[in-house]
Amino acid sequence: MAEVSLHKLNKRFEAFHAVKDVDLQIRDKEFVVLVGPSGCGKTTTLRMIAGLEAVSDGEIRIDNTVVNEVPPMDRDIAMVFQNYALYPHMSVASNMAFGLKMRKFQKAEIEERIKRAATILGIESLLGRKPRQLSGGQRQRVALGRAIVRDPKVFLFDEPLSNLDAKLRVQMRVELKKLHERLGTTAIYVTHDQVEAMTLGDRVVVMKDGVVQQVGEPLELYNTPANRFVAGFIGSPAMNFAEVTLAESGGRLVAEAPGLKISLPPELAKHGRTNLGRGATLGIRPEDIHIAGPEDDAGHCFDASVEVVEQLGSEILLDTRVGSALFMASIDPTIRVRPHEKLRLALKPDRLHLFDAESEKAL
Amino acid sequence: MTVTAVPDVAGRRPAVRLRKLEDERWLAFALLSPTAVLLGLFIAYPFVEGVLLALSDAKVGDPGHFVGFANFAKLWDDNIFWTSVWNTFWYTGVTTVFKLGLGLWLAMLLNRHFRGKALVRAFILLPFIIPTVLSTFAWKWMFDPTFSVINWTLFHLGFISQRINWLGDPGLAMSSIIVVNIWRGVPFFAISLLAGLQTISPELNEAAAIDGARPWARFWLITWPLLLPVTLVVMLFSVIQTFADFQLVYVMTGGGPANATHLFATYAYQIGIGTGLLSQGAAVSLAMFPFLFAIVVIQLLYIRRVEVR
Repeated sequence: MAEVSLHKLNKRFEAFHAVKDVDLQIRDKEFVVLVGPSGCGKTTTLRMIAGLEAVSDGEIRIDNTVVNEVPPMDRDIAMVFQNYALYPHMSVASNMAFGLKMRKFQKAEIEERIKRAATILGIESLLGRKPRQLSGGQRQRVALGRAIVRDPKVFLFDEPLSNLDAKLRVQMRVELKKLHERLGTTAIYVTHDQVEAMTLGDRVVVMKDGVVQQVGEPLELYNTPANRFVAGFIGSPAMNFAEVTLAESGGRLVAEAPGLKISLPPELAKHGRTNLGRGATLGIRPEDIHIAGPEDDAGHCFDASVEVVEQLGSEILLDTRVGSALFMASIDPTIRVRPHEKLRLALKPDRLHLFDAESEKAL
Repeated sequence: MTVTAVPDVAGRRPAVRLRKLEDERWLAFALLSPTAVLLGLFIAYPFVEGVLLALSDAKVGDPGHFVGFANFAKLWDDNIFWTSVWNTFWYTGVTTVFKLGLGLWLAMLLNRHFRGKALVRAFILLPFIIPTVLSTFAWKWMFDPTFSVINWTLFHLGFISQRINWLGDPGLAMSSIIVVNIWRGVPFFAISLLAGLQTISPELNEAAAIDGARPWARFWLITWPLLLPVTLVVMLFSVIQTFADFQLVYVMTGGGPANATHLFATYAYQIGIGTGLLSQGAAVSLAMFPFLFAIVVIQLLYIRRVEVR
């Protein structure tokens, strides 16, 4: 059990500045997910916490002790690697025992711990096998087992599910969540998959180009993204964006783009007025668009022509063209829509997002 | 698109001879025969001839007669033969240990990232690339009693006051050729082991480090066992080559001084070609066979056991 704190953490690889001034306080027992596109510095940050990369600048503390110069073996952490990194010449049991043997545990204690971890993960029958005799999902469990037996202060996960097939990934995600609730160990988890981040994390850290974009609980990121990048990265299918100009029209603030004229709700208008005359980006999630009905305000409706219809069963995704912009809408699956059809769509005004065109920050 | 059935006309069928190749037994025979002919002509035939020669009393200009194991009986009482047996084992054993140790050390260094790595790797291969006879001649000069650069250096550094006769003293001569063999063999070990090291995922070392293993423990418990199959194959090749080495000793000492540095191959050459006693030379050379055969069988069995693990 431990707190981990990063203070002005930097990593430079010669000319490349991979991690820039990362500040993060991770509470005891918290499950924190670092998420971002590849090359955003999330894995490098994790590897610095593990002690596998030297810190260029800044400070890492585990339980209030600066560990910058502490070698990995003395940090009392356990890490699960993307490719599992099981020792191929050792049996499953020896893989799990390795860390305990290195730490001079008694034989009985080692056996006891392996048995307990194997029961939790359901791999009792695999203990005598070699890693190459296991399936991907089983290897994943063994890698988890190797981390669990150590009972470390912090678990580090480096994209542990990315080598599994989609179905197994969903299953292991649930198991990881349960496992964390059961063990209560502080966990730091790196992924590029925003769904994994949203479902697993108590808090999610979104990174891009080595810089933390936003830290928050999953729904906080979803509902109030700090900038256009976070808005586009979190949520699937991704948020729709349109470059608009803001203008006053009959006492209301209106966002205009070719084929689009949306009047903004008062709260958003208040922030938007600071940007009058300057460019802005309007954002709306596909699930906040529906087919217009009589109850919809004309100021929240627009015409769209359907280009592609994606039937998912639980919903229908419409790829539509609105003026020069492409909008995706998620609509009721009982409605029948054909490609090339002209539709009138409406959006939920209180779900609109507005970003500064230049800084891309939320208004 | 229309599909028309190809009419089963007799004229369109492949010739009978070609159809025979559709039978896997005939095909296998056809494909294997060039290799079998080559192996038979250049390996099996000379080997059988060698055996027959060793069982005769042939000399240069005299085809000789069958004499059974007389040549081998003579070797049994030949002190120089036993010296060369001992020399061959000593030479092979000592050089292999050093080549493995130094080669592994170099391979581990080269497996790290540093500036100019590609260049260093290329340079390391040099001793292996230069024709052995040429590089051995250079070494011979370095060990020359009068012109030795080694003596010169040691003398000017104040370590010696008299010239050392590197190749004239039996013990020193053996050590000298061992040094040259190691120098020549290390690149092969280094590059092969480096290739082996590169197949070991660096994540395994990182996982072990996080698991609490210190550098030595990581080497012995992770790197060494994973590298073992490659190490054994490299050693197998090296042992076979070193055991049957000829050119290095021939150029450096010619087996001297006073036959002190003969190996199987050089002694066989001296008797068979040098003195013209073809049958006895063949017997010496054939005497190498059971030893080499035993070494290879043991190593192959061990490799199989390691790979099955």
